[in-house]
Amino acid sequence: MSHAMPAPHVLAHPEGSQHESHPTTTGIPSRKLALWTLIGSECLFFASLISTYLVYKGRSLVGPLPHTESQCMLEGQMQACEPIIEIPLVTFGTAVLLFSSFFIVLALYGAQKGKRGMLVGWLAATVISGLFFVGMQVYEFQHFFHKGMGYSTNLFSSSFFTLTGFHGSHVTVGVIWLATLLVLAIRGKLGPGKALNLEIAALYWHFVDVVWIVIFPVVYLMR
Amino acid sequence: MDAHAHDQESHGHPTPAVYVKIAVVLFILTALEVLAFEAAGGGLGPSLKPIIEPIVVLLLIVLSAAKFALVAMFYMHLKQDPRLLANIFVFPILIAAVVIGSLIVLFQYWRVQGAR
Repeated sequence: MSHAMPAPHVLAHPEGSQHESHPTTTGIPSRKLALWTLIGSECLFFASLISTYLVYKGRSLVGPLPHTESQCMLEGQMQACEPIIEIPLVTFGTAVLLFSSFFIVLALYGAQKGKRGMLVGWLAATVISGLFFVGMQVYEFQHFFHKGMGYSTNLFSSSFFTLTGFHGSHVTVGVIWLATLLVLAIRGKLGPGKALNLEIAALYWHFVDVVWIVIFPVVYLMR
Repeated sequence: MDAHAHDQESHGHPTPAVYVKIAVVLFILTALEVLAFEAAGGGLGPSLKPIIEPIVVLLLIVLSAAKFALVAMFYMHLKQDPRLLANIFVFPILIAAVVIGSLIVLFQYWRVQGAR
């Protein structure tokens, strides 16, 4: 029985990663291909949410509004209310999420090279960054609610909470996924032979990051 | 060994030094986004507002597209990984861009029609 030579890009990956993967006819590990396909479908999912937000932008009949003063229904009567979005907090959250992408590539590098300290340290930093981002979003939602902006207050609030809420739920899933890998890494069960597990989780995490790269200017910076 | 070879590991993925450079660029681009927002709103002085305000949306799109591309190419390794993976990612993004653009145009058209 003859053994076919793997495609060049299969050889280009760390040796350990190949032991646990099942290359497809393309030479790409099946789980990695599946994750990329999921990411492709997620692009369309978020595109529908972003387009809904943009279509409804500027069409709210009552406040609160993101960047301008407006009239809001508060305590049963119409009152003047201030712009609701707070840029500094979200900018800091955005920077933390961007840096978490940097942290996870270093964790992956550590996993591929068998550097356990590097893997555990940077993966823990990624999980903490993700938790911070989720915490920031929970605080923001709660703050908006106390300022009189519920889910069905106006078109802005409905499209805003749906878009950022779905993104936040993706971040939460990512944090849980990475936390389980962190436990495995601490127990020494995420060495070079299992680095593909982290690579796939990292791809998902980067996708969550690039979605926020789009959401941040669309929702928070475009007036 | 040339500089490019130094920046690439034997398995094709970038080195931590490259990751650090990308992180710095991403941070600078985010800072520029916020500065553009502030300048368009007059937060950086009245003289900048008339210059930045008309182009702020374009500026934000360009800056976020640059950040998106950097993360996809270097952190998601699309620059080094098989081209098939880049195609799986880019094709839905193109469809997504068409969907977003079409819906905005369509709703704007009906808004104008409704106003008549």
